[in-house]
Amino acid sequence: METSADTARLDGRRPAPSRPPAIVVQDLAKSFGEVQAVRGVSFEVAMGEVFGFLGPNGAGKSTTINMLCTLAKPSAGSATVAGHDVMRERDDVRRHIGLVFQDPTLDSYLSAKENLRLHAELYGVERSLVMPRMQQVLEMVGLWERRDSPVATFSGGMRRRLEIARGLMHSPRILFLDEPTIGLDPQTRSSIWSYIQLLKETEDITIFMTTHYMDEAEFCDRIAIMDQGEIVVLDTPEALKASVGADRVTIDTEDDEAAIRALEERFGIEATVAEGAVTFRVQSGEEFVPRLFAELGVPIRAVNVSRPTLDDVFMSYTGTTIRDAEGSQDKQTSKMFMQVVTGARR
Amino acid sequence: MSTTVQPTTAGAGHVPSEIVRVHVPARSWRSELRAVKIVWRRELLRFVNDRLRIVTALVQPLLFLFVLGSGLQQLSSASTHGVDLKTFIYPGILCLAVMFTAMFSAASIVWDREFGFLREMMVAPVRRSSIVVGKCLGGATVAGFQGVILLLLAWAVHVPYSVSLVLGVFAIQLLLAFSITAFGVMAAVRIKQMQSFMGLMQMIVMPLFFLSGALYPVANLPGWLAVLNRLDPLTYAVDPMRRIVFNHLDISTGARQALDPGVTWWGWRVPTLLEVAIVFVMGLVMLGIAIWEFSATE
Repeated sequence: METSADTARLDGRRPAPSRPPAIVVQDLAKSFGEVQAVRGVSFEVAMGEVFGFLGPNGAGKSTTINMLCTLAKPSAGSATVAGHDVMRERDDVRRHIGLVFQDPTLDSYLSAKENLRLHAELYGVERSLVMPRMQQVLEMVGLWERRDSPVATFSGGMRRRLEIARGLMHSPRILFLDEPTIGLDPQTRSSIWSYIQLLKETEDITIFMTTHYMDEAEFCDRIAIMDQGEIVVLDTPEALKASVGADRVTIDTEDDEAAIRALEERFGIEATVAEGAVTFRVQSGEEFVPRLFAELGVPIRAVNVSRPTLDDVFMSYTGTTIRDAEGSQDKQTSKMFMQVVTGARR
Repeated sequence: MSTTVQPTTAGAGHVPSEIVRVHVPARSWRSELRAVKIVWRRELLRFVNDRLRIVTALVQPLLFLFVLGSGLQQLSSASTHGVDLKTFIYPGILCLAVMFTAMFSAASIVWDREFGFLREMMVAPVRRSSIVVGKCLGGATVAGFQGVILLLLAWAVHVPYSVSLVLGVFAIQLLLAFSITAFGVMAAVRIKQMQSFMGLMQMIVMPLFFLSGALYPVANLPGWLAVLNRLDPLTYAVDPMRRIVFNHLDISTGARQALDPGVTWWGWRVPTLLEVAIVFVMGLVMLGIAIWEFSATE
């Protein structure tokens, strides 16, 4: 392994290296024609870790997960999952991983039980263990009572829980969760998270997940922030927040531009407009607020001081908030769409 | 999205006292066989759960048999030597019913892709060929079941039951169903949308059916039609089917010669066994292509 300053920083704090790592990724890249979806990422995930990929839609998270799951062929670089090469030992990788995709992959005509049985048969699970294991995973996600109902009658949250149960059916060493809580209501999201916590405690399993919810990334042991196909930073949530240090102050003013100018001139603070509010950082925000009111000279409607969050981490490493990053992508898409439309008219 | 998510224990399942740990064995012919079997079983389960499909797949064949057959009878009675037109087209209808059901089975691959289930099968540690073979066997079984329903209608078209008739007809039905499912799977791997697949199905099934001689004797056809008829693979399923049915009819030699002339190549009558072999080999070739295509997709 190379130990350049860069990889050392990216690797962050690593748990005791008593066991071989669950995932090792070296310069992994994937391009679709001209578009480089993943531009050479390297990282390791230790056994038993909950590892999170955080980033806006289109950052390359799903493409990376697909390569690790042997569903997409890497254009360059290498990766081993559970000790097996994702290119040369596809089946061995598949035997040891469980997958929960972003989009549903259940057969809604079949019952919960039939879906799990199908999975167990495809994975060659020993027949005498199929039923006890099925009961265990279904009880864990609270669906044992509904085992004979057709999946078509399940709500979105129940389906996701069933998919998690199915992903665990064959006792995988590593469970991949691609946006496990996307499109779910907050209550269901929190229950999905409690299953993941439960999993961590009961099964000896490594969890690799992607999310674009900042608050969920807090539950991970380590987080890699991904933006435009690259890992910008990788560390524990605490270390990442500590690295930002300063508090974030957002103010709602009568005249944002005047306020930004005044902050620069009077306090020497560089401020930006993020999500429609003037935002800047100072060491101790609460003590700064009285001075702000006294000296700014621009009327202030509201003030908000917050301790660093992962949002701030994301912003300090990528220069934008995750929502703005996604918003600008939407704008790009609609711009392209407009070009297509107007081009067609011409 | 500023909702803070906290893991709660409320609503979560209980912590199991002892973990049931299972083991996924390395790939072997036994695990492949299990995969074939479960994919086959799934086709059956879905078919049984979807009763509407059982009925809809029968509508067209029954329309042809009883409505077209009864209606045209008045025009054709002079030329059929006293044989009921329904009896004459019955072997062709036995093939048509099987074709529709088999194509529907293959369509489920497109369906599975649209609804994501295909991915669950694609990431399993089994050969893609096991999935395709399971699918084709499932399609053949389901279509065979549909064929049995039509076989039960033999009395309504004056065809007497006998063990050899039932066995012969059923064997050809299964063979045809397998080949058609293989063809459908081959097409379904490339076609990503259900509407396109259904369109293609209509575009292929009906011409194959009309050209096959299911509705007319294949002797003395106009030159162009004779050529197309001999090129249509379905011809080689309809012809032996008709021979088996007509073997059990009590009709004059003249009627037999006029209605069941057999398929000829430049005047040489193609033996039944060769006809069956053609259907089988076509099926195998398409199965091979389907497996190859399926394995090549990421």
